[in-house]
Amino acid sequence: MTATPEQLTIAAKSLWLDKKEFQSFLNVLREGGYQIIGPRIEQGAIVYGPVDRVEDFPLGWTDEQAPGLYRLKKRDDDALFGYAVGPHSWKRFLFPPQLDMMRSKKVGAGWDMEPVPVETVKYAFLGVRACELSAIEVQDRVFLNSTFPDEYYQQRRRDSLIIAVNCTMAAATCFCTSMDSGPRCRTGYDLALTELIDGYVVEVGSVQGATLIERLALPTVAAVQEERAEVARRQAVEQIQRVLDREHVQSTLKQRLNHVHWDDVAARCLSCANCTMVCPTCFCSSVEDVTMLVDQEVVRQRRWDSCFNFDFSHVSGGPVRDQTRSRYRQWLTHKLTTWVDQFGTSGCVGCGRCITWCPVGIDLTKESVILCSEAGLDKPQDSPL
Amino acid sequence: MTECRPKLAVMKFASCDGCQLTLLDMEDELLTIARAVQISHFAEASSSLAPGPYDLTLVEGSITTREDRQRLTQLREDSKYLVTIGACATSGGVQALRNFGSHDEFMRGVYARPDYIETLATSTPIAAHVKVDFELRGCPVDKHQLLEVIASLLAGHRPKTSTESVCQACKRRGNVCVVVAQDMPCLGPVTQAGCGAICPAYDRGCYGCFGPTRQPNPKSLSDHLLRQRLGEVECAMLLHGINAYAPEFATEGQRLWELAGVPKPLHASLHSDEEGAQE
Repeated sequence: MTATPEQLTIAAKSLWLDKKEFQSFLNVLREGGYQIIGPRIEQGAIVYGPVDRVEDFPLGWTDEQAPGLYRLKKRDDDALFGYAVGPHSWKRFLFPPQLDMMRSKKVGAGWDMEPVPVETVKYAFLGVRACELSAIEVQDRVFLNSTFPDEYYQQRRRDSLIIAVNCTMAAATCFCTSMDSGPRCRTGYDLALTELIDGYVVEVGSVQGATLIERLALPTVAAVQEERAEVARRQAVEQIQRVLDREHVQSTLKQRLNHVHWDDVAARCLSCANCTMVCPTCFCSSVEDVTMLVDQEVVRQRRWDSCFNFDFSHVSGGPVRDQTRSRYRQWLTHKLTTWVDQFGTSGCVGCGRCITWCPVGIDLTKESVILCSEAGLDKPQDSPL
Repeated sequence: MTECRPKLAVMKFASCDGCQLTLLDMEDELLTIARAVQISHFAEASSSLAPGPYDLTLVEGSITTREDRQRLTQLREDSKYLVTIGACATSGGVQALRNFGSHDEFMRGVYARPDYIETLATSTPIAAHVKVDFELRGCPVDKHQLLEVIASLLAGHRPKTSTESVCQACKRRGNVCVVVAQDMPCLGPVTQAGCGAICPAYDRGCYGCFGPTRQPNPKSLSDHLLRQRLGEVECAMLLHGINAYAPEFATEGQRLWELAGVPKPLHASLHSDEEGAQE
């Protein structure tokens, strides 16, 4: 969305939110009618869920990540946002994992169909990272910018408030700098915070954000705080080690459909679909009518689906992609190359979730280097299935 | 009136009755089921047992005796649709561990007077003996899937039970992966969904109750678990559990036993009735 002149004026002045005032900030959001969704610790990880009080946050915790590995670690300060990204993404709120869409009941000789009304809920997403803003933008293209916009997504997206947080550290699995999607939040937020030890530099990105933050009557940020915030944000950039050669992969991967390395990945890939479930841009779902026993009632349910499922490409006669090799190839080539043809942007935002949450640690940044290499390209190209 | 309703039979072979109990546990739906079908034979629920033919027969348990095998052949003839319910009927169950060991040794270990026991040397799934129309997985089966099977067959279409992995249900539920975050051995990535990912929701790895997914890759998973310093024996026992005799789990488990230096060959001609009939 383009910023109005008014927004640009607002955005010009950053504000200072003292750490002691953070609860008041949460209260303002609640009073604004928002259900706050933010980071909290569950099952040994930082996930997204309802947060109301400062104590709900992962105070003083960080995450350590590697391919197939995630660990919570204590920090030596009380940061609330001192971690990278966890297994959840905001898509579980904008595009819920399971949704009842329609109920139908047999009445006489016909069917009475009743759509399930779109539940109105105003979320304030607190702690959205730059890569996640990009991911939301990617899903907007899928769900909103189409002939048939998804009304469930539309409603949630329209009514939700986005409070971004600039990263001041990176995980070993992060590569947003390669995907041009972070770590600095540039657009797509209502408010953006940069966390310092004693408070937050608040940037205002929209009228809604401005209206809410006004109630706290925050002072304008001092130049010295601005500088400290910049140093903190630079730290995240410096910590990012992982690289994906975006342009090269985009242009080359499609020429490597018969690379022998696909077999090597397939020997490790579990085809379990974890990568697609944690991916903040993956948008596939299936719709199924669930029949009740005798009441002649049917509920139409939509659920997250995945191209890694054997039955996903099932057509008359059987599945089109009937091997793990072809399913992995479909996923990776779509994510990194054909997504660009389809939606004008890459399907990957460099958040690293698919690397961390692959149970066997398959790393697309490593695999794509090998797959794009000339070595192993000994067979002619076959059909791009 | 009542005669128009399809006849349902629930039959048991070698099993713990847990899957039948899933049907009995459907307190909210049981009356509806009873209105939709005529429950002709369900020993767990009623002592009034009507003879066949039946329209839909739900079969629990594996084949472990010669008598059961004969009874099954007759049951198949008496049933329009024969559906197996649960791990025992579908893959031989936990009792199929004897397929990898010495039957005599097991008998001596368990029974004070093994000479009183007459049983086959193997535990085999129903489909190893007769044609099965649909196999419902689980230990025990899931109530919703069981309802789906009954409702679908009554409506005349194929039951919709997903072949996706437990991981997908786990992620939809919002669970944090216990393999990645807690180094816990878990069969979720190679196991078919259906349970709603109960165990990982309570910080436990998946036991593989619902058997292998379509095209599972248990070797990659166990290689990873071994790298995480899980012992070969523990890893083998993970695969050789409730669905030990499901082909993909059987093979990988055997590879791991071999690695551990404790080879567990399968009985020769496991599926041959002639061989199995001995002992």
